[in-house]
Amino acid sequence: MHEMSLCEGMRGVIEDQARVHNVSKISRVRVEIGRFAGVETSALHFAFDVVMRGSVAEGAELVTLELPGRALCYDCMKEVEIVERLDPCPLCGGGKLMPQGGDEMKIKDLEVA
Amino acid sequence: MCTVCGCSEGETKVHGHDHSHGHADHHHHHTHDHHHYGHGPAGVEVPGMSQERLIEIETDILSKNDLYARANRKRLAENGAFAVNLVSSPGSGKTTLLCKTIEALDSVSLGVIEGDQQTENDADRIRATGAPAVQVNTGKGCHLDGHMVGHAMEHLNLPENALLFIENVGNLVCPAAFDLGEDCKVAILSVTEGEDKPLKYPDMFTAARLAILNKTDLAPHCDVDLSLYEANLRRVNPGIEILHMSARTGEGMAAWVTWLRNNLADKAVPKAAQ
Repeated sequence: MHEMSLCEGMRGVIEDQARVHNVSKISRVRVEIGRFAGVETSALHFAFDVVMRGSVAEGAELVTLELPGRALCYDCMKEVEIVERLDPCPLCGGGKLMPQGGDEMKIKDLEVA
Repeated sequence: MCTVCGCSEGETKVHGHDHSHGHADHHHHHTHDHHHYGHGPAGVEVPGMSQERLIEIETDILSKNDLYARANRKRLAENGAFAVNLVSSPGSGKTTLLCKTIEALDSVSLGVIEGDQQTENDADRIRATGAPAVQVNTGKGCHLDGHMVGHAMEHLNLPENALLFIENVGNLVCPAAFDLGEDCKVAILSVTEGEDKPLKYPDMFTAARLAILNKTDLAPHCDVDLSLYEANLRRVNPGIEILHMSARTGEGMAAWVTWLRNNLADKAVPKAAQ
């Protein structure tokens, strides 16, 4: 349920960047979200539309790009890519995996209208 | 005056309810009136394939929060403070644990930041132990953020080489994503919550350095398997430290206090330097 806060963070970044680049309207926002970032994309889209009202990105399209989840397997000590957080190690079948990435939440770029 | 955002003290009343409401309108949070949900725009305009200009920014969505968190972390380091962010579900026993911990820590300097959506009840309970506490009411917010904690720290005015306890809003999801500038998160899990809780909410237990398995005095009455709790914690975070504790009976309190004292000693700045 923190998608609203995330969108408020995005609004701050977008408005700052719009000022720096002297643009008045953003038509598309692309964000990279890791699989383990704990972000529900449908909630993010919903919150985005609401939070961006009255900003330079009002009515903009939100595009989410999913980044893979990576984890270190504590059994074979190899870094592996996993789809779900509780997946076993694809190499050795071990069950103790520590995420090493996939928690990214980044605005990649903005498209100016 | 906030050193990071420049907002004036006048806008911030951290002690009570005014804080959240003052902050809810604060421009940094861009909090909107959530009552306008049902009235969304009829259609979001999707641009075609026109030759629009692209601005590459590659910026973390929470970069502003991280800025506040960094400032908090720097201030804590300069003061030799060790800060723990206590996270759990509502009802895990965080506040009771904290009250008992404060009693057990005896002469150690410390301060407490209490986060809840509403009421000052928890800060009142902490203050009853004699320890200074600042309540932050998040209003509708489901987590503390770096900005709120920065202001609360200003009001706490911790002495040098002190422990700072930040009791986050009871929520096993959202607080995992928000860095407050703390040294580490400590997750509290009570034995009545179910052995599979770490599997259901892996992010929080992955983010924690230490897990406290609380209310162990109830374990014999609840048919719980404490070793399964441990196995599930280690499955989502193989490096996690685990302590068994009953805040009610005092089991495990000595080990927890030692853990806190050792971490504080590692961070404390030499007094002789003054």
